[in-house]
Amino acid sequence: MSTLTTSPAEIASSNASLRAFLHGLPGVDRVGADQRAAMLGTRSIKTTAKAQAIDLAISMVDLTTLEGADTPGKVRALCAKAVRPDPGDPSVPKVAAVCVYPDLVERAVDALAGSGVKVASVATAFPSGRSFLDVKVADTRQAVQAGADEIDMVIDRGAFLAGDYRKVYDEIVAIRQACARDAASGGEDAHLKVILETGELATYDNVRRASWLAMLAGADFIKTSTGKVSPAATLPVTMVMLEAVRDFRDRTGRVVGVKPAGGIRTTKDAIKHLVLVNETAGDDWLTPSLFRLGASSLLNDLLMQRQKMTTGRYAGPDYFTLD
Amino acid sequence: MTEPGRLTVRKTYKLYIGGAFPRSESGRSYPVTSSKGDFLANAALASRKDARDAVIAARKAFPGWSGATAYNRGQILYRIAEMLEGRRAQFADEVAAADGVSARKAGELVDAAVDRLVWYAGWSDKIGAIRGSANPVAGPYLNLSTAEPVGVVAVAAPPEGPLLGLISVIAPVIVTGNTCVVVASERAPLPAVTLAEALATSDLPGGVVNLLTGRLGELAPWLASHMDVNALDLTGCPDDLALSCEQAAAENLKRVFRPSGKPDWLADPGTARLTAFLETKTVWHPIGV
Repeated sequence: MSTLTTSPAEIASSNASLRAFLHGLPGVDRVGADQRAAMLGTRSIKTTAKAQAIDLAISMVDLTTLEGADTPGKVRALCAKAVRPDPGDPSVPKVAAVCVYPDLVERAVDALAGSGVKVASVATAFPSGRSFLDVKVADTRQAVQAGADEIDMVIDRGAFLAGDYRKVYDEIVAIRQACARDAASGGEDAHLKVILETGELATYDNVRRASWLAMLAGADFIKTSTGKVSPAATLPVTMVMLEAVRDFRDRTGRVVGVKPAGGIRTTKDAIKHLVLVNETAGDDWLTPSLFRLGASSLLNDLLMQRQKMTTGRYAGPDYFTLD
Repeated sequence: MTEPGRLTVRKTYKLYIGGAFPRSESGRSYPVTSSKGDFLANAALASRKDARDAVIAARKAFPGWSGATAYNRGQILYRIAEMLEGRRAQFADEVAAADGVSARKAGELVDAAVDRLVWYAGWSDKIGAIRGSANPVAGPYLNLSTAEPVGVVAVAAPPEGPLLGLISVIAPVIVTGNTCVVVASERAPLPAVTLAEALATSDLPGGVVNLLTGRLGELAPWLASHMDVNALDLTGCPDDLALSCEQAAAENLKRVFRPSGKPDWLADPGTARLTAFLETKTVWHPIGV
């Protein structure tokens, strides 16, 4: 693919130019994409490669709790688990981040201080994204002030589906600015993950367009779903997004991460995603700084599989924390 | 007997896991022969992953099954007996082929299996009376002990008695609220698969009974060491295999039931098998003064 000659700001100068650009992207062959993802899902990963994949997957997990019933105690417990997933085995790597609602960020920051595990916060009227821009910006700014290292924002799917790409773009840019930390605190800006909610975008073509739109607007990560809508992260959708970040790097030089979230519950699912990353975007993306798995119950399954590999016995859920 | 010009519809013998009839994950099968050595059918040769899937299915079914009322469980066991009765001729043929007994004897064995189910079905709401108690304690408490199911039970079905023996090991396990993973007789697995078809149509929730066909020596060690299995019934295990299974079972303190000697399936079963897979829960309730 040729290098992008026009700057993102020029492309986004009007709805018409954005539309021309996004609709000029090659279409996705739905049948082909489904088939390729299914084919890659049949790869057999065994023994030492599996052990390596499990540890890599654990280190990529964004351990998530996004329930209305979340309590400070639950967040604290989840943070303890993030740092030391299996209390009986110190060789288990820590997870990448803990993902919570904005009002619980402070609790998570306290519990994770000095551990190296990041705190991610959803923001912008998660999960629907149906609120005023001011509210979304304020939501984000407060989460950043509370100490969030990463912000998971949702795009305005209504505007996207109505063809108002400019509105979606402007919103991402505004949230990106709200992610900036003031110079006084001296911290880095919060990373911005943009949730496309692919389950509501209807077609793979839309997934590709939304991915490009988010990347043009400055996303550090593109994320499949909130986890509140079904279908969430499916293999073909993740593949389309991985193709988008690969092509985006080829055309602009900027590297964007991918985070499938929602519906990834088993080690097998996680390993399928890792194979997909390796085969689509390449092994540059096989690092927690560029690929994450948004999940909650997945971690226990990874730990059970890991224990099976070390002890030779099938593990039982009774021996892992409920969360 | 097929009419001339009509194609025979052959039955594929599969596993029974979580209420569904999958082929073995491994894709393997093995030939099953009659007692005279004639080829009968190919049965699925389950792998350790099938055993693992079966344990997951059994665990998933446990809360619902153990939470059902004893009366309801009894009714469902009785319903299984009804389904067996309706397939009496089919079972008799299979038992006759597998054991080399006469058609009459095979019919008697099927009747005995149906009667065994009915007998165990009656125990569902009575076992609490013989295994529970109100305990006299030196304090102002009402102290009650009740029997509770242990959880997921892995069962090695006996090699002999392909139907009666199988029913005699499954019924006492499930009637008290346990769920089970059963490895059917390696030599004569066909009645077990047909039993699965009866179970699937008898209101028994999927996953309460999971039936695997294959080599016990290949499956038993994985089930015995599985951390999510709560008890083992080693009835069908040869001595050397039973010993290693008992050792593996110690890892998470599984309950192990290993009968001594060769069981006589036509004899009165007694309550030994019923009580082997129960835990005792004791409640101390303060008495208001």
